[in-house]
Amino acid sequence: MTLAVRPTGAMSALVSFAAGQRRQAALVVAGLVLLCGLLMIMAVGQGAFSIPPGRVAEILWARLTGETALLEGRDALVVLNIRLPRVLLGALVGAALAISGALMQGLFRNPLADPGLVGVSAGSGLAAAATIVLGDRLLAGLTMKLPFAALPFGAFCGGLISTLTLYLIATRQGRTSVATMLLAGVALGALAGALTGVLAFISDDRQLRDLTFWSLGSLGGASWTKLVVIAPIVLPLLLAVPLLARGLNALMLGEAEAYHLGIPVQRIKALAIVLVALAVGASVASAGVIGFVGIVVPHLIRLAIGPDHRLLLPLSALGGATLLVAADIVARLIVAPAELPIGIVTAALGAPFFLWLLLRRADGLDV
Amino acid sequence: MSEPINGEPILSGRSLSFVAGGRALVSEASLDLKPGKTTILIGPNGAGKSTLLKLVTGELKPVNGEVLLDGERLSAIPSWRLACQRAVMAQHTRLAFPFSVYEVARLGVDGVGRALSRQRREALVGECLASAGVAELAARRYQTLSGGEQQRVQFARVLCQLEAGRSVASRQTLFLDEPIASLDLCHQLALLDMARAIAARGVAVLIVLHDINLAVTYADHLVVMDRGRIVAQGAPAATLDDALLRNVFKVDLSFSRAPAAGLPFLLPQQHRPTAAA
Repeated sequence: MTLAVRPTGAMSALVSFAAGQRRQAALVVAGLVLLCGLLMIMAVGQGAFSIPPGRVAEILWARLTGETALLEGRDALVVLNIRLPRVLLGALVGAALAISGALMQGLFRNPLADPGLVGVSAGSGLAAAATIVLGDRLLAGLTMKLPFAALPFGAFCGGLISTLTLYLIATRQGRTSVATMLLAGVALGALAGALTGVLAFISDDRQLRDLTFWSLGSLGGASWTKLVVIAPIVLPLLLAVPLLARGLNALMLGEAEAYHLGIPVQRIKALAIVLVALAVGASVASAGVIGFVGIVVPHLIRLAIGPDHRLLLPLSALGGATLLVAADIVARLIVAPAELPIGIVTAALGAPFFLWLLLRRADGLDV
Repeated sequence: MSEPINGEPILSGRSLSFVAGGRALVSEASLDLKPGKTTILIGPNGAGKSTLLKLVTGELKPVNGEVLLDGERLSAIPSWRLACQRAVMAQHTRLAFPFSVYEVARLGVDGVGRALSRQRREALVGECLASAGVAELAARRYQTLSGGEQQRVQFARVLCQLEAGRSVASRQTLFLDEPIASLDLCHQLALLDMARAIAARGVAVLIVLHDINLAVTYADHLVVMDRGRIVAQGAPAATLDDALLRNVFKVDLSFSRAPAAGLPFLLPQQHRPTAAA
């Protein structure tokens, strides 16, 4: 029993449609990889002590091949110990934020969802503020011994705790209501914001300055140690993409339909939420609050290649890395030799760009 | 019709009850879905048709009773295997992001058709889009379609899932919840013809419908629900009568008989408002 007569013209059109989509995706991937690579080399070379890109490539190549002769000298030291960890941290944080945004938008079936919106970032921020302001009094011993570790650890725990709270509030009888979670996230974010305000109010001048700079985000202070701590937390998110992408695609039809399509809906939701909390906690911990990456990047990628999560998630990661490396270049260039907090750059460039996108498309973003 | 169309029921719902907010939405409902048979579920608004459908698809768990799929408890079957054995089309499906029609239909094979080659999957999507009459819309964005077109695209997606699942499970069920609500007459008949063609292949089909004439025309087995209970079921001609119309549907109409097939049909022109509901 065949289903029906099938017009061959339409069929070949379909096949070429699918092939055309794949070709476009391949172009975007190649373009982004190239752009990201070039920007990273540029970012490593550029700064108060400028190194030409050719020399940067030479040093990196020498490091990879183990030619130690080239690794003597000041520029090699700057490249390998200061700039490279910074650029890699930027790429990692950008990837984590963008992919978290894409995951949250898929999970909540809402193009406005973002780790910032559901209170994960605010929870991290509150915990970090508490570490800065109260740390000296409560954790005197710890902050003296480990000034570097206390802040990231606090921020990380804050993100995790706020996500778990949200999850518990929104879960009834084993089912997580994403609508409840979104609303609870807004409330929790406001609460965390208020408490952060109280902390800012009781802080002294030095603490207030620390707090302000941290809440604007910065890639300064990157080191290999920091990278080694952050990478194992962020990488699972990147590796989980193939596990989550198909489920998120089906979830676009609704939870019941996804279940009918054979997707373990509850497991996908739980996995995505935990991974987002980990990745956002880790990035806020290592680079402060950097806004707008999680919302701008996935939208840009959707405009380029459509909403299929199998491409959207990895390309968002790549796009986020590219954007943050570029923003870091701008942050260091614009007021050199000082540097602007990177969160200012991403928001100042991202927001108008996003508005322009919305205006340019007559039908908005199809939401 | 090479395959046997009689046989043990694929799905059995036994004394299913469901309560929500203290109200019994479905009480003591039992029904069998047999291979090759089209079962049509009718009843007034709020009779519990959609709830019963959700119970037999596993979307809701019954408070009492059980659903058996080939003798196995529905709740014990992992969702990926269930997806090969049955496909479900909901009343309305809204999409959160601008997927193309092609991508929406492809969702039907992405999971279930994992064992198939990419060429085979793409061909399958094309065939099902063509069968549902939406092949020429393939590149369009789902949101830009009319309600009826969206419904046909969802039908194509469900066809994809069923076709892909056939390589894994031979005994399948298809559930359609008011699949023709937004369709014009031509497409209503086309979709129901397709559903019957699928049944003829050995699939058990359950459709929720509102149009009594179409239900009579397409059903092998008719199930009538009222206030959460199944009040009548059987062959259409034997199940429907004027008393049932009055008691369940609250309309004072009499069935006529179509000359050719002898099937009962209704003419709404005869309608007079009833005094008591």
